Amino acid sequence: MSTAIYIAVMAGVTYLIRALPFGFFQKKIKSQFLRSFLYYIPYTVLSAMTFPAILYSTGSTVTAAVGTGVALILAYFGLPLIAVALAASLAAFLTGLFL
Amino acid sequence: MKTGALFRRGMLHGIPIGLGYLSVSFGFGILAVKSGLSTLQATLISLLNLTSAGQTAGVGVIAAGGSLAEMALVQLTINIRYALMALSLSQKLSPRFSLPHRLAAAYGITDEIFGVCAARQEPIEPPYMYGMILIATAGWVSGTFLGAFAGSLLPPRMTAALGILLYGMFIAIIIPPAKKQKSILFAVLCAAALSIVCKYALPMLSEGFAVIICGIAASVAAALLFPRKEDAA
Repeated sequence: MSTAIYIAVMAGVTYLIRALPFGFFQKKIKSQFLRSFLYYIPYTVLSAMTFPAILYSTGSTVTAAVGTGVALILAYFGLPLIAVALAASLAAFLTGLFL
Repeated sequence: MKTGALFRRGMLHGIPIGLGYLSVSFGFGILAVKSGLSTLQATLISLLNLTSAGQTAGVGVIAAGGSLAEMALVQLTINIRYALMALSLSQKLSPRFSLPHRLAAAYGITDEIFGVCAARQEPIEPPYMYGMILIATAGWVSGTFLGAFAGSLLPPRMTAALGILLYGMFIAIIIPPAKKQKSILFAVLCAAALSIVCKYALPMLSEGFAVIICGIAASVAAALLFPRKEDAA
């Protein structure tokens, strides 16, 4: 299948998700279950995307595991997103030098 | 405040967002090229989508040759949070935000832009949001281009290590709230555990669908066990 079609579907769906509520809806969602469900979605989706895929992100499970550990520790201490991301990458790179 | 001043203020407030996007999207550019996309395609994806998680998953679907329905469902699940943010932000807009303005600015609702706009005391004006979106998009698109283009010029050791960049950012997004709220910790652990089970026990399940199933199942479990009080948006 042509990559352009994938890109068009991807962009179209992403835009509509933002534009329909922003343009047309004014009311608040009432259902507590639905509100709770939507509240947790970003966290669960990011978690499912990250684990275990992160271990295969550098081509070496060892360097990826070290990078993951560093990211978890720095994130735990609340460092900014960019600092955590760059430190994970640096840790994976430095570990790779010793393999 | 005048339109020009509002636009400039939006640009100013968008600078930290743009800088952050620049480095993260560099990682996306590398990942996209590694997955078989061209520099142009990677850059176009960033320009049209302006979202890290959805794009990363989307590239995964393309690389795996998934169906278009899978692509649409993956984007819907991962990006549904923007609908919530859009709903919440729509309550804060100034009267100048006519329908065309809303439809234009909707393009730029991201986690970070939402965060900055939602934290403002005053109603959000269209030029302010446009200024912020301009700077954020410039960082996101140029970073993707540089990553996709220069990624192949860097030593393989370095591009390999940069592959973890986006995942590192995802960890930085989910860990601090998980530390504060045990409901989020539960949701995050539940999703990770399910995802690991899918990967090793159900290898025939594509990555995109696995993310959808795990994300929805973990969120339903968390919503049932830890329903949210009315206050939080």
